[in-house]
Amino acid sequence: MKGRIFCIFVFLAVSISAFGQQKPIAFVGARIIPVVGQPIENGILLIQNGKITAVGDARTVRLSSDVQTFDLQSKTIMPGLVDSHSHIGEGAGADGSSPIQPDVRLLDSLNPRASSLQRAQSGGITTVNVMPGSGHLNSGQTLYLKLRDDAKTVEDLLIYDKAGNYAGGIKFANGTNSLRSGGGNFPGSRSKSAALVREQFVKALDYRDKIRRAGKDVSKMPARDLALETLVEVLDGKRTVHFHTHRHDDIMTVLRLQKEFGFKVVLQHVSEAWKVADEIAKARVPSSIILIDSPGGKLETVDIKFENGAALEKSGALVGFHTDDYITDSRFFLRSAGLAVRSGMSREKALYGMTMANAMMLDLQNRVGSLEVGKDADFIVLSGEPLSVYTHVLQTWVEGKKVFDRSDAKDFLTAVGGFGASSDRFIHIDCFDDDLGGQK
Amino acid sequence: MIKNFSTAKTQRRREKKRNLFMNLLKNPLRLCVFAVIFSFTAHAQIAVRGETVWTMAGEPISNGVVLLNKGKIEAVGSANQIKIPSNYRVISAKVVTPGLIDAHSVIGLAGHMNQPHEQMQIETSSPMQPELRAIDAYNPEEKLIEWVRSFGVTTVHTGHAPAALVSGQTMIVKTFGKTADEAAIVPMAMIAVTLGESSLAGSGKSPGTRAKQAAMLRAELIKAFEAVRKADSARTDRTNQNNANNRNAGNNPANNDNSPNVSNPNSMLNNPPTPNNQNAGNQTLTSALPATDLRGEMMQTVTRRRIPLLITAHRAQDIMTAIRLAKEFNIRIILDGASEAHLVLDEIKASGFPVIVHPTMYRAGGETENLSMENASKLKRAGISFDLQSGYETYVPKTRVVLFEAGAAAANGLSMRDALATITIDAARILGLDRRIGSLEKGKDADLAMYDGDPFEYTTHCTGTIINGQVVSEIVR
Repeated sequence: MKGRIFCIFVFLAVSISAFGQQKPIAFVGARIIPVVGQPIENGILLIQNGKITAVGDARTVRLSSDVQTFDLQSKTIMPGLVDSHSHIGEGAGADGSSPIQPDVRLLDSLNPRASSLQRAQSGGITTVNVMPGSGHLNSGQTLYLKLRDDAKTVEDLLIYDKAGNYAGGIKFANGTNSLRSGGGNFPGSRSKSAALVREQFVKALDYRDKIRRAGKDVSKMPARDLALETLVEVLDGKRTVHFHTHRHDDIMTVLRLQKEFGFKVVLQHVSEAWKVADEIAKARVPSSIILIDSPGGKLETVDIKFENGAALEKSGALVGFHTDDYITDSRFFLRSAGLAVRSGMSREKALYGMTMANAMMLDLQNRVGSLEVGKDADFIVLSGEPLSVYTHVLQTWVEGKKVFDRSDAKDFLTAVGGFGASSDRFIHIDCFDDDLGGQK
Repeated sequence: MIKNFSTAKTQRRREKKRNLFMNLLKNPLRLCVFAVIFSFTAHAQIAVRGETVWTMAGEPISNGVVLLNKGKIEAVGSANQIKIPSNYRVISAKVVTPGLIDAHSVIGLAGHMNQPHEQMQIETSSPMQPELRAIDAYNPEEKLIEWVRSFGVTTVHTGHAPAALVSGQTMIVKTFGKTADEAAIVPMAMIAVTLGESSLAGSGKSPGTRAKQAAMLRAELIKAFEAVRKADSARTDRTNQNNANNRNAGNNPANNDNSPNVSNPNSMLNNPPTPNNQNAGNQTLTSALPATDLRGEMMQTVTRRRIPLLITAHRAQDIMTAIRLAKEFNIRIILDGASEAHLVLDEIKASGFPVIVHPTMYRAGGETENLSMENASKLKRAGISFDLQSGYETYVPKTRVVLFEAGAAAANGLSMRDALATITIDAARILGLDRRIGSLEKGKDADLAMYDGDPFEYTTHCTGTIINGQVVSEIVR
């Protein structure tokens, strides 16, 4: 009997929420930070069918009679946060057999039920680039996900384009993480690292030439090579390279490779960005930075600075942020922008970096990253000023559905921790894997 | 030991000053430069003005003044009450707090580069090494010390890491000083014990289980008790015999004073028989004395209740094991980490033991999977004595900053005052130093932190740090 009542309840809940997507919803009374455009006091955000249909101040937005209204007086609304580098979802990419494995897909590894995904929702993250680690020169293909609720399969989280392809990039790394003192087929030096990567891209160029020469003649087509096929996508600008790099000389190596092969690249971590900010800006390459509580932890990050955000902003480069979760907790993602502002970055650019800049780095700027008409209804409701330590994420909405609500007991547990909050959690430490014998 | 040291230090300073002065006399230009520098750095008298002064001894003072003289706090009060002498250097800040105290860290032992040559926080050759002194490993020039100092941290309880059953000793330092000896205010504070998953030894070695951890600790404590019992009875025997000798030979009884000297970690135990001691060669009596092994000696300081065990225990079951052991042996303990403290609040409260709780933003996973950002506020509500720590980090970041952790606690249920107390006066109390540091009160060490706004806000800066009346950081960070 109890079971039946429960079933009915679930049915009602599901039907109501499905219906809710069809009906327009208006969020009124809040301060709205659209990121693109000026903040609006006492604004209205109107959504329908998972999209934003209006954003503006209370006097200009007209509400139809069937609209469902939520009063958010004294609250702040801003776009859902975009995390351009994370390791949530318990995924793992390449194995220890070789340093370059572009054929490996995180798609075939991610656990859509991982509690870390819910934790990210509670931190206000709605879109995320989930990557394999950095213990390889290339550890495989990354996934751009929407943190929708109740995902049964990884496909439920993917972002598809009109042609039906799902979005994702590819992870590269240089510096010490992918070096192995034991030799084998892994590099032992920085020059060797670059040489191995160049070698693969040269092969990919050749592979692409063969395919082009073959034209429609199937007999002349080269044998299918999953790794080279992926690198051809990179050469064609269809798949962005997310390049883990820390030291100033390693950053310059990435820029050199980018110039040689012309791929789209995002510099990831960029710990010494402050030393080569002008060079980064000149190369017109975006940076996704991380803010950690103290310098060091490994040799390459001893010179990392809170000031990276300010230095890149000043140089005119596009700058975003990432959690690198488990390195920083997704629930404290907004704190990264707060610390960047502490060290000289403007509030506007810091909030832009949490949302729009990251969306651009994932080529999703037409769908997410700001509150503009026609974009996905991905937004968060905050208890106050976004960069205050006392502010909490109260609600997270993805495509017109509420996926996190701090007033819900289960969601609250995810947000603050406690017994059972991370029960199926697997500790994945990015950037260093003892089992593979990587160097620190 | 501390006293001896400071005498040597003063002497060294005097010598240095004398040499400098002689050189300066030879060059008038240098003398000018010297005069300027001297007036800036060696200013012994400072007045710190704050729009808000959190004394942590009563309500915060608005428009307050703290006078510092000769390394101590001379006066605290509102600007109306306190007249600033004209020769005092005046420093102004929006918010002034006591110098922050990090109740448990590994900085100075665990270097920021994370390379083998500067990772001194854990020694893996044996699971139980209480004889390892923190002061022999502490590097006062380690970059992370300067880092936390620039956020207002003036005192740190640091030492061997929670990564072995008994990893070694801890010490309490000021975050300033040329040598470990100069930085140390308590050269030997506690012995670090770790229960649970993070101190299990692998591949057939002990301890391989939780029960084995407890058994090994119990065996060691029983050994220490036995040694103390034997030593005490030997001393009684010896005293009796000496008294007899003294009557016969007129020896000075002071030579036979075996009472421990608490201020000196190296003489906390019974002194071995000295050559002056007439019983030194007596086989029967010396065999009744405890063997002078360093490990045994350290455990005896615990069974004698001279120093506490700092027991890191995250799971509720490990917290209960710590309390069980403490009760069995009537020893002093401080619970550390305590991710699951919120599950056994009544039991912790009943035990009376204080808790140095994990950093608020600590990562959840493994034995810390059930930690809560509200742990601190729950301990507060339960009336348990507790403070906060920056904890032990093995990768990036290599250290947390206790200021940020207290801020996160303030955002998760603690009041501003209570959160600040976890890194000032409450921390001082648990470390046994509340008569010297932790609040802005007359006679206490002149340790202060200054901020340009609410110290916990992400966008506020620490504008200066003062230790022992000396401005040790002026970086705006």
